[in-house]
Amino acid sequence: MNKKKIFQIVFFNFLFIGKVIAAESGGMPQLNPEFWISQIFWLIITFGFLYIVLSKLILPKISANLELRKSQISDNIEAADKQREQSDSKLKEYNEIILKSKNEAKNIFNQAREEAIMGINKKKENLDKQIDEEIKKAEDEIGKLKRNAPEKITKIAIETSSELIKKLIGAEVNNSSISAIVDDLSKKNQSKYYDN
Amino acid sequence: MAANPMTQFEVYRIGPEIKVGTFDISFTNASLFMIISSLAILIIFNLGSKKNSLIPNKLQLMAELSYTFVAKMIGDTAGSKARPYFAFIFSLFMFVLFCNMFGMIPYTFTVTSHIIVTFVLASFIFIGVTIIGFIKHGFGYLKLFVPSGVPVVLLPLIVVIEIISYLSRPISLSVRLFANMMAGHTMMKVFGGFVISLGIVGGWLPLSFSVALTGLEILVAFLQAYVFAILTCIYLNDALNLHH
Repeated sequence: MNKKKIFQIVFFNFLFIGKVIAAESGGMPQLNPEFWISQIFWLIITFGFLYIVLSKLILPKISANLELRKSQISDNIEAADKQREQSDSKLKEYNEIILKSKNEAKNIFNQAREEAIMGINKKKENLDKQIDEEIKKAEDEIGKLKRNAPEKITKIAIETSSELIKKLIGAEVNNSSISAIVDDLSKKNQSKYYDN
Repeated sequence: MAANPMTQFEVYRIGPEIKVGTFDISFTNASLFMIISSLAILIIFNLGSKKNSLIPNKLQLMAELSYTFVAKMIGDTAGSKARPYFAFIFSLFMFVLFCNMFGMIPYTFTVTSHIIVTFVLASFIFIGVTIIGFIKHGFGYLKLFVPSGVPVVLLPLIVVIEIISYLSRPISLSVRLFANMMAGHTMMKVFGGFVISLGIVGGWLPLSFSVALTGLEILVAFLQAYVFAILTCIYLNDALNLHH
């Protein structure tokens, strides 16, 4: 019983609404011409007022605001562009300066190196020269000594041989005869002692 | 009485009856909502344009976005020649939009759900566009009815069709807006009635429909205002730039 009632409420109530609508509707109020003139009149008044105020007062202001903002933004963009260009040129200058100074440093370094190398070379040459001279001197001395050596040897040989003879036989021997013998001997053996 | 979905469209007198000659121009609820819509537009856009700051506040942003929206709409459809008519199309769009939107508040009256209002607007647009067309192109405006590239045999038929379609513009424009508004509001009322009559057990389904319909109706309210404005732009485009 209860269930049936709920079912009716849920599924059939719209039928009663339909009845209510059908009973109360007197057609569309839109087609009732009673207030048409009034609506037209008030539409013209309100819309006209709206149009005049909007077009004369409000829209120009909004448009001016928009224009102002646009110009302001474009000005700012322009200024930013300018500053960027400036900073770009500054950066370029900076880079050039850096490049220049780098080159200069390189040049200075190269010059210094060359100078140093040249100095070293000069000193080396001088030293070489000195060494050569010393060597030459030494060689000369050696040559001199070499040249003098046989004479001295023969002298010593003569003296020692004369003294030996004196001690051995107790007689004075002429130096010149001894020297003749020594010379002869030394000439014979010279190549043996000095030419090596 | 409240269950009748058509009572919401009834116009009634507020205050005394005012008569000019034989014409009744009494102040009605329709007049009240026209005034409310207009004042709302004026107040919002006045506040939105009062202060000019580089970074706009909310109202200013809204006003400027609406401005650029309508400007773009006109520019896209009617080109730069339609610039002088910007203020009219802007007010038209805003008026229709605000009337539609105010109609979405319960217990309010929807001005645009009345055929006479939309028809007056559409007729004004139609007559204005026709006058503009004849001023800009003289009798050359009649070339609008003769599309280029149509075979001569078909021309008489095409011309008749074009003339009929041109003459039906105010009707289609006004009926579109009026019918959309009326149908939507009627449907919402009907579903609302179902909620009451089906009670707590069965009323949830129409209630959910009602909620969904409210969203849809808000969309329709905006869309119809947009369509009304954009069709005006298209008619204006026909009058300004004769393409046919």
